[in-house]
Amino acid sequence: MAVVTARAMTDGTSAQAPKMAVRKLDLFYGESQALYEVDLDIAEKQVTALIGPSGCGKSTFLRCLNRMNDTIDGVTIKGNVTLDDRDIYDKAIDVVQLRARIGMVFQKPNPFPKSIYDNVAYGPRIHGLVNSRDELDEVVMTSLEKAGLIKEVKDRMAEPATGLSGGQQQRLCIARAVAVSPEVILMDEPCSALDPIATAKVEELIDELRSNYTIVIVTHSMQQAARVSQRTAFFHLGKLVEVGDTDQIFTNPKDERTKGYITGRFG
Amino acid sequence: MKEETHIVSSFDEELTRLNNIISQMGGLAESQLISAIRAVVKRDSELAEKVIVSDLRLDNLEQEVQDFVVRFLALRQPMADDLRQVVTALKLSNDLERIGDLAKNIAKRSQVLNQVPPIRPVQAIPNMAKLAQEIIKDVLDAYIEGDAEKAQRVWARDQEVDEMYNSLFRELLTYMMEDPRNITASTHLLFIAKNIERIGDHATNIAETIYYRIKGEDLPVDGRPKNDAANFAVIEPSDGA
Repeated sequence: MAVVTARAMTDGTSAQAPKMAVRKLDLFYGESQALYEVDLDIAEKQVTALIGPSGCGKSTFLRCLNRMNDTIDGVTIKGNVTLDDRDIYDKAIDVVQLRARIGMVFQKPNPFPKSIYDNVAYGPRIHGLVNSRDELDEVVMTSLEKAGLIKEVKDRMAEPATGLSGGQQQRLCIARAVAVSPEVILMDEPCSALDPIATAKVEELIDELRSNYTIVIVTHSMQQAARVSQRTAFFHLGKLVEVGDTDQIFTNPKDERTKGYITGRFG
Repeated sequence: MKEETHIVSSFDEELTRLNNIISQMGGLAESQLISAIRAVVKRDSELAEKVIVSDLRLDNLEQEVQDFVVRFLALRQPMADDLRQVVTALKLSNDLERIGDLAKNIAKRSQVLNQVPPIRPVQAIPNMAKLAQEIIKDVLDAYIEGDAEKAQRVWARDQEVDEMYNSLFRELLTYMMEDPRNITASTHLLFIAKNIERIGDHATNIAETIYYRIKGEDLPVDGRPKNDAANFAVIEPSDGA
């Protein structure tokens, strides 16, 4: 592992050891290969954006980070994914525990058909993170506060979550992810179904969450990647083409394919 | 600088149009300088008047570039080299407009010079201007050809303009000391030389901007010795004066 960590920092931007490290990751859907030898470090308490054209493998890659692909039939994964230097594909790893440490927010807000309160309380309850009702209240309130939703919902906690607007629902899903105190939050196009105002609120939230969590976000909006992330990785045809500081990727990309994609010149 | 076209073809058309305006401004700035210098050398007040009036065209073009860039940034949100190209155009238009102002000032001063008897150092002006004009021309070529190395070479040449300015500065001081009746003409010539020297500085700015536009990084600055000896020049009056 020491060897891997040493060569992980080749681009010299992150000083400390990465929160997550991916090495030589290949992924196959049955016969067809979707990811080719991906090497990527996820820096702790930073936002890493994954960009690339549809079908380039970025969402597939994101789902490898908390083993969401395990549930899909016919998926084969080779290579190495570590969280704090521990292999997450190790047989000894409890996947449910793993997903509590690495939470996920999806493209379309998917609140449970329950009350606002129960949506957020769900994770802490099933993971047994709280011992009393008071403690649970506390976790729910803090999570909603962290998700910037508390003002809007504090008087309607018992109402169904499905009654919230799309943007509020998405922030509720973020509160739900935060409630189990994850270390990493994966976001798969969290704003693609939201209007600009709701998008701005979620982006603001991502920026605030960064001080406590490591965030990986897949986005189709170049401007969003540029606004919210510190590191950007560009995927193309299942390969990681270029990764670097977001500033550099968007002002002076090194690879022609990256440049072609972000400037809208893809043939 | 030729590369794949954008998926949205009007994107390319707009960038081409922006490039054309910059080239047009460059050509205009260059010809304004040539005419202004000719007005000095030929003592042609009519030509000087033309230069003064034509400067408005550069001002208008600069305004056009600014409006264009603001609109383009808002509507297209360019990235990477497209972004650099657009921002670069904005900066270039600024430098070119300033070059136009300096040429206009030369033309104005030539009208004053034409009212006093000619003095000999006038002859050094066209040489200096020719050099500045070559620098502008080369730097514009570097822009059109997307040639960072050429921009870098042009950038280094500004030193020659500085050196010519320094020697002219000394010569004019001597003239003024020899005969106070030379002071009016000498002072205007000195400002004209200073304007040309400033034009050279703007041309180096342009070279730096072009280098950034192509390479995405700043031009390495440790090369060019800044020759600003005129700032410290002192000519002691000789005993006979």
